Amino acid sequence: MRYQFKNCRELLELCEREKLPISQIAIRSEMELFNKKQPWVRNKMKLVRNTMWEAIQKGIKTTAKSKYGLVGDSAAKLYIGIKKSGHMLHSKTAIRAMAYAVATNEQNARMGRIVAFPTAGGSGVVPGVLFSTYEHMKSSKRRMLNALFTASAIGIAILKHGGTFSAAKGGCQAEVGVGTAMAAAGVTEMRGGTPAQCLNAAALALKNMLGLACDPISGLVEVPCVKRNAIGASIAIAASDMSMLGVKSFVPMDEVVEAMMNIAATMNESIRETALGGLATTPTGLRVREKMGLPKVPKKYLNKCKDCTGCG
Amino acid sequence: MMLISIFDVAGPIMVGPSSSHTAGACKIGQIARALFNGTPTQADFYLYGSFATVYQGHATDKALLAGVMKFQTSDPRLPKAFEIAQKKGIKYKFIPLKINASEHHPNTVRIILKNKNRSISVVGSSIGGGKIKITFINDVPVDLEMIAGRFFSILIGHDSKPENVLHPLYGQLVDWDIPIHGKQTICAVRGKHRCLTALNIEDSYLTLSQVLMLEKLPGIEFVRSLTKLNK
Repeated sequence: MRYQFKNCRELLELCEREKLPISQIAIRSEMELFNKKQPWVRNKMKLVRNTMWEAIQKGIKTTAKSKYGLVGDSAAKLYIGIKKSGHMLHSKTAIRAMAYAVATNEQNARMGRIVAFPTAGGSGVVPGVLFSTYEHMKSSKRRMLNALFTASAIGIAILKHGGTFSAAKGGCQAEVGVGTAMAAAGVTEMRGGTPAQCLNAAALALKNMLGLACDPISGLVEVPCVKRNAIGASIAIAASDMSMLGVKSFVPMDEVVEAMMNIAATMNESIRETALGGLATTPTGLRVREKMGLPKVPKKYLNKCKDCTGCG
Repeated sequence: MMLISIFDVAGPIMVGPSSSHTAGACKIGQIARALFNGTPTQADFYLYGSFATVYQGHATDKALLAGVMKFQTSDPRLPKAFEIAQKKGIKYKFIPLKINASEHHPNTVRIILKNKNRSISVVGSSIGGGKIKITFINDVPVDLEMIAGRFFSILIGHDSKPENVLHPLYGQLVDWDIPIHGKQTICAVRGKHRCLTALNIEDSYLTLSQVLMLEKLPGIEFVRSLTKLNK
């Protein structure tokens, strides 16, 4: 097996040895593993790309609320913001990336069709960042596709290095966090970064998502998931910019993944997709829970703050 | 560790909102339906762990029912599963059980499908990112791992000698140019020796006549193709 890698270090060595970008290693690894021709792999990814684009297009055009009404109108607001980008601090590309990320995730909350990349909760970051940069650079469709392969390769390296995509196991850092790292690597390759710069961007991005709790209100993939995707997109772009300017992550990507899993092991179950802690048990969160008629949060999960006199 | 495909990361293509609570649930439903091999008139779902607490918010109920009606994880009709089931005359019931009601994985469901002739019970867990695990079929412990939207699987029930019985079947698949990417056999002693083998045939397709032909091979009790479910 010539194109297999167990972690990001091996992936980088492989790129240097074969003198290929990460995307090409990912394609070849897939061809090798499943004994398929290159067009088969590409066509499958084209389906992924097209589904992502459909979700974005639907998401930015509607302000329909999700089933429980917690989210639904942010994508359209952000999309209008692109036209006023002169008054914004972020670049047009970054705002568009946020709009697309939210659009995808709001579609998810409305039960629309999306690609779980890496999971449904963190599905907005990668398409948001990549499609926005693709429009900004007016780059070719092929390049866009390659960036998706690069992003997937980072995901595989994370999984193989003992990482996880499951928020029930690792909190939001494993979903939106991993999505952000993948997007940062993908967009860096799209801009012409070297494999080392791609992995560096991923490390910079993931470092800033470490420790993120999964604390969805009422257990719905709506609040804070949707807007976290937007900020994740912004972080991915920042990480890519830093990496392109030569800023190096002091801790290499593999060790960042190890850190992520260390943190996951110490995370309390109340902030691992159980809706029993964090934002889910704030007064606002509890109000929504009551409105939905869900069972009450057990007492031991409430009023944890020291010297607490009770909220609101 | 199993092979990791790019499309485990970049996928599955699915209807929201949650890969484990929606896409995974749909896949468990599909498998129950494939094992039942017919249209049920009654579908009961016993929900455990977080399936029991958040199933409405994540549309786990709709996804399970959609799976039982052979919908794919990306089928846009999934949100309307209840109406469609009513039209098709499938009665359904969701029974949430208390947390820790069993030693199962947090996201677990027991599906019981019935019509006037027969019934089947399947226990499955959704283990994250659309991956699922079938742990009991008719109370026989099994261990089948599958990924929503990735593998095109066939399930084969046969008597206790996998080597002898399955060899002609593999030969037949090779004749049809269907590659086998992975196989797994579980045997359980229950009255008589019975085994279940799952084959992963990535992206290939078995037609009904092919399934019937495989079922005629000696020692094979049944063959169930999940290929159509994934297409």
